[in-house]
Amino acid sequence: MILVWLILIPFLGGLLCWQAERWGEQAPRWIALATMLFVLVISVLLWLGGNFSLPGNGESQWLLEWRVDWIPRFGIEIHLALDGLSLILVALTGFLGALAVLCSWHEIAHRVGFFHLNLLFILGGVVGVFLALDLFLFFLFWEMMLVPMYFLIALWGHSGSPGQTRIRAATRFFIYTQASGLLMLVAILALVFVHYSNTGELSFSYDVLRGTDVPEPLAFWLMLGFFIAFAVKLPVVPFHGWLPDAHAQAPTAGSVDLAGILLKTAAYGMIRFALPLFPEQSAAFAPVAMTLGLVGIIYGAVLACGQQDIKRLIAYTSISHMGFVLIALYSGSELAIQGAIILMVAHAFSSAGLFILSGQLYERIHTRDMRTMGGLWSRIPVLPGFTLCFVAASLGMPATANFVGEFMVLFGTFPSAPVVVVIASVGLVLAAIYSLLLMQRVHYGPEYRPGPLKGPDAREYGMMLTLLVLTIAVGLYPQPLLDTTAAVAAPVAELFTDGADLAARAGEVN
Amino acid sequence: MLTLESLISLLPLIIVATTAVVVMLSVAWQRHHAGTAMVSAGGLVLALLSVPLAAGALISPPLMTVDGLAIMGSVLVLLCALVTVALSHHYLTGYIGPREEFYLLLLCAVTGALGLVASDHLATLFISLELLSMPLYGMLAYSFRAERSLEAGIKYLVLSAAATAFLLFGMALIYARTGRMDLAGLAAGLAASPDAWTLAGAVLMVVGLGFKLSIVPFHLWTPDVYQGGPAPATIFLATVSKLAVFLVLLRLVMVAPIFDSEWLRTLFTLLALITMLGGNLLALFQPNLKRLLGYSSIAHFGYLLVAIVVGGQLAVEATGVYLITYLVTTLAAFGVVTQVSSPFGGEDAAGLHHYRGLFWRRPWLAAVMTVSFLSLAGIPLTAGFIGKFYVIALGVADARWWLVGGVVAGSAIGLFYYLRVMVTLYMPEPGMRRRDATEDWGSRVGGLTLIVVAVLILVIGVYPAPVIDWVVGFSGVL
Repeated sequence: MILVWLILIPFLGGLLCWQAERWGEQAPRWIALATMLFVLVISVLLWLGGNFSLPGNGESQWLLEWRVDWIPRFGIEIHLALDGLSLILVALTGFLGALAVLCSWHEIAHRVGFFHLNLLFILGGVVGVFLALDLFLFFLFWEMMLVPMYFLIALWGHSGSPGQTRIRAATRFFIYTQASGLLMLVAILALVFVHYSNTGELSFSYDVLRGTDVPEPLAFWLMLGFFIAFAVKLPVVPFHGWLPDAHAQAPTAGSVDLAGILLKTAAYGMIRFALPLFPEQSAAFAPVAMTLGLVGIIYGAVLACGQQDIKRLIAYTSISHMGFVLIALYSGSELAIQGAIILMVAHAFSSAGLFILSGQLYERIHTRDMRTMGGLWSRIPVLPGFTLCFVAASLGMPATANFVGEFMVLFGTFPSAPVVVVIASVGLVLAAIYSLLLMQRVHYGPEYRPGPLKGPDAREYGMMLTLLVLTIAVGLYPQPLLDTTAAVAAPVAELFTDGADLAARAGEVN
Repeated sequence: MLTLESLISLLPLIIVATTAVVVMLSVAWQRHHAGTAMVSAGGLVLALLSVPLAAGALISPPLMTVDGLAIMGSVLVLLCALVTVALSHHYLTGYIGPREEFYLLLLCAVTGALGLVASDHLATLFISLELLSMPLYGMLAYSFRAERSLEAGIKYLVLSAAATAFLLFGMALIYARTGRMDLAGLAAGLAASPDAWTLAGAVLMVVGLGFKLSIVPFHLWTPDVYQGGPAPATIFLATVSKLAVFLVLLRLVMVAPIFDSEWLRTLFTLLALITMLGGNLLALFQPNLKRLLGYSSIAHFGYLLVAIVVGGQLAVEATGVYLITYLVTTLAAFGVVTQVSSPFGGEDAAGLHHYRGLFWRRPWLAAVMTVSFLSLAGIPLTAGFIGKFYVIALGVADARWWLVGGVVAGSAIGLFYYLRVMVTLYMPEPGMRRRDATEDWGSRVGGLTLIVVAVLILVIGVYPAPVIDWVVGFSGVL
């Protein structure tokens, strides 16, 4: 039942925020903050009390499970379950949700209640994605979080260039993700009907469908349906068109959510669904996926170097970082998959930090154009120092969480795909270039305009400090995270190595 | 042979027809707007209550069959008509000129729709279809002083007459080959392989019915008629008329094997594809909300044609569920347009600019509109998603990948204009004074009905099991 509450709390909080606007502007903010902290506290308590060792024979792989019939006609259930991976991501959602509320404290000045309604609905949907185990339910949450995100960008976004670009960016985001989502729905349904014709049982349950024997050419297409849906969200390079615009136009809170959590739903979807449902096909597809990951790393990094808009720059670095995650997921090595999970968490912290910082800069100098920045180090106290820290984290400096993640990804992938690792390492060099470029153009160099600017207040200070502490803590001692996710990563890696085996066996059966 | 029992199975139709007569007489005796509306609503409710009785009757009257499909159709027709009446009252209070006749026309059309969903014979099919269409001409041209309304009425009349000619010719051809006009007879007579004449007849009938459903390429009337007709008439056209005609098309396809030939299936596949893509593409940059909804309904019937192509038990179920989701959604969307345009003041407030910033003036009305557009777009947790889920499931189960691809592409294109409308509702309010729903819209019968419909969209979206069970119950009877 506690899983249901994890999903319901943000939704109820959102409705409350909407109605709380009549009690003044501050009420929705405090309610939203309390809601997200509540989610965070619940998940942290679950984490402290949980046992994350590999399940023995007959033991359930889930820490908590909750299921009830929903649409019996199609065998659809409300089936929620929680394991180490979902728990970490839910906790991350709670944490970044609270940050998103905090960072928009002064930025959002009008229609505060409705803003927080949308923000909390996104977070509720994301928590749903991380907990849903019924494929129908998963798809439902997957699509549902798009609507509030759309409103967030379209209504509270920045109009960058002349014209209604924020609405165009929001629409593009929505259409990309929704259309690819429908492909996933088709794939889900095809899987369900194949299972139905095999066994005569209609079910959308993850456990049931995992063992489905899909005829060969179809299985590949179904795998592709899932892969494209996740690839758009991750984003993988040919499907990334929505991301820079959406980030550039979104309000700070939207960017934090988008980079910090929404991109992670895609990686989660791959680990949880795409790989276990179609292990053989995924193993066969791995070279392509890894190549796409490589293209993403280089392409994102190169384009990041050429950006004028600070938020677009950070957005392109996300593409680059997610390339590492994609490579790791398809490497079939336990170490790399765990590295990918660490990298996801690390990227959530560092990109959230950078986006919040660019939001704070925007509040002070009212521009995101790096051509009109420069020399800010001497004009703003403290913030440039924080920027340097997060930039260092983003380029994968040792002692930060990003370093641990990237190192594990590269180390774990090397045995199976050394060439890929060699090329991916080039991405690290490029990361150093764009990170230093950002630092140089914004904070060093000649002052574009003289005069001191306001330093961070306690709220801003607190947010930055918490993020920084977490980044370094995970960087220095990642073991708790590794322990929590070991039970998730090991079976996925096993599936992969058994892929060839399974294929042979399936051939015999046929 | 007409027995008492077969009369009972016709009870809803009889009650509605009687109400029409009562309304006519009372109008002749004493004009009273609210009273007329109340009597009409009362008649419809009574008819609705008599549906279980009709369903219990074992013998169908001659030329008709009261089976599960017919009962389901009757219930939906009556409910939609009730909502239309509830919304019409407030709308018509501002109308200068006779208001009461609108309800008379509406009741006649409902009678036609009730006959149509139960027709088992080409004669009843034709008569009911005309009984449904004739009053609609009057309803569409009701505010005949407004140019567009008159244009809508005449356009629908002329094109509808042409379509009727096609339908009749098709029936004649089929009759010439088989010598039978009842559907069962048609099925028996056509068991042998179809020749060119019967195929031509079938195609002509599809053309006639396709016109009423505004399937591309017979859709040209739709935007103009949707835009010109008074909002309640448009609601009726978009819900009751299309529902009844679609059910009859489904019945034809299910019963008569002539419609089951692979050749016709290919034709239907083609029609479905161009309808869903055409409807969505035409709506893309449409600034007029009523025209936009017209195009969107074209697209939705394109999706529904998937059920006709696939056929079988699951198709009937999918049709039922999809129609229900389409009806609640359309009622809510047009209901908002009606509320904003009420009371009648010349042309309806259909321009998108009327709705700019609606959320900040009438939050609940804008919420209803948002829900209905999300449902039109097929976003999860609204009824529209369940309908779309059924259609995609149907296509996947039968491995019709082209159609599935069409539905996916159509939905993606459709999102563009649905989102455009939705975000308009929340944009900052313009300085100018616009037409707006009256302050008390929420406490009126129409407003309350609208809110109930919107809640229904969400309830069906969140917990569709009862609706699915209800439809499964009926589709099994067929």
